[in-house]
Amino acid sequence: MTKIGYFPGCSLNGTAKEYDLSLKAIARFADVELVELNDWNCCGATAAHSLNSTLAVALPARNLAIAERMGFDEILVPCAACYSRLAQALYEIKSDEKYRTKIPQLIEMEIKGTANPITVLDFINKYVLDKIKDKLTNKLNAKFACYYGCLLTRPEHLSTIERREDPLVMEQIVKLAGGIAIDWAFKVECCGAGLSVVRTDIVGKLCAKIVDDASSRGADAIVVACPMCHSNLDMRRSEINKNLSTDNKIPAIYITQLLGLALGIEPNKLGFDKHFVPADNFIQKLQKQTVEV
Amino acid sequence: METKSKIEPLAQPLKEKILNEINEQVMKCYQCGKCAAGCPLSGEMDYTPNQILRLLQIGEPTCDDEVLRSYGIWLCLTCDTCHSRCPQEVDFPHIMDFLRSEAIKRKKVHPKAKEIIAFHRSFLESIEKTGRLSEVGLIASYKLKTFNLLQDVDLAPKMFAKGKLEIFPHRIKGRQAIARIFEKAMKEAHND
Repeated sequence: MTKIGYFPGCSLNGTAKEYDLSLKAIARFADVELVELNDWNCCGATAAHSLNSTLAVALPARNLAIAERMGFDEILVPCAACYSRLAQALYEIKSDEKYRTKIPQLIEMEIKGTANPITVLDFINKYVLDKIKDKLTNKLNAKFACYYGCLLTRPEHLSTIERREDPLVMEQIVKLAGGIAIDWAFKVECCGAGLSVVRTDIVGKLCAKIVDDASSRGADAIVVACPMCHSNLDMRRSEINKNLSTDNKIPAIYITQLLGLALGIEPNKLGFDKHFVPADNFIQKLQKQTVEV
Repeated sequence: METKSKIEPLAQPLKEKILNEINEQVMKCYQCGKCAAGCPLSGEMDYTPNQILRLLQIGEPTCDDEVLRSYGIWLCLTCDTCHSRCPQEVDFPHIMDFLRSEAIKRKKVHPKAKEIIAFHRSFLESIEKTGRLSEVGLIASYKLKTFNLLQDVDLAPKMFAKGKLEIFPHRIKGRQAIARIFEKAMKEAHND
């Protein structure tokens, strides 16, 4: 069994529990053990880099140092925002002499820069697809709008995705799972991210364009790989619909939930009951054939 | 001459500080406007990204002041669309981070940005105390700071019912280490 370092981040312990559940479910199918970093801390998110540039490197650096101590050279970071902060911290430590000396003093730990954060999409491509492609028995007979948002494709120096303006990584995964990935215009637009609480009105406006474009082009669901994108598209739907003439009910699902369904895992074991916008109609549309995990 | 001693030394233009401290060149911008066209929040901002860059390029104290007091610098989502499309590779989000901390240092924060800062501070307080983000703690602290007591009250029970809200925060073992990271980082920002 392959073992890989796992940094769930705060969201996967709270608002994005279904992401954690479904990720672990597909990892079991791929025979990968996700080993949670010991006593990890929050990456600092937007708050740290908006207010204090040192904190913005030091907080994620402590997690990188913990992963090194545990002997991992790769850390799976499923949250795109956490990934961005951890990868940026590693980048700063490697490229900036100032941080190379300062950070170990701040975190009181040695850091060599040998533990590399990887996104959920890279994880799926590198560790999961080969192992599960023969087990994707429940072909997903539906249309999907693959939504990347910001931090999986940008900034360039942290992203592993090619074709930043029109990435196709998730589309290929959807295709393998038997689904149809639609062409649409908002796949790399921003959901409003960290303004969710303070300027919910802005999040409503930005996400309205996203859900409206996806459903008007015939998608049955929006596929995401970031808990910030998901919570804005899902939990903020009433605010979103204030900007639209009809009640938009297109569900937002995680790429890990999509793979879970294709593997025939029961929807509740993938956390579909935790969504605010129900995915029931969409799931009923799929031919079901569930297996025990 | 007597008058000379009364003239205040000119403050260093922000564009020079930006070059010296974060190594970004605002002078590279030639105003193509791709940043403003792609920015999801141009329409909400008082100055669009290219306008901020133009004000910085001029380098006059009044222009720098206008930038630091703008609301737009607080709305920036760091989505990086501007940076990724910039033909001159100006890392505008990096400049925005610098401008935000500079606005706080010089006490020139736009009045409407106080809520955004209160949110960031509540967020950091949660990490400083527990090592992780406690959503309940964050919202409670933010509400107390801004008196937006009724905001999102409809969301909490639903989140709780779906098992998405932890009432008691998880406190990591390394809380002391986290507190020391905060102490040192804050001291450093203060001494700048």
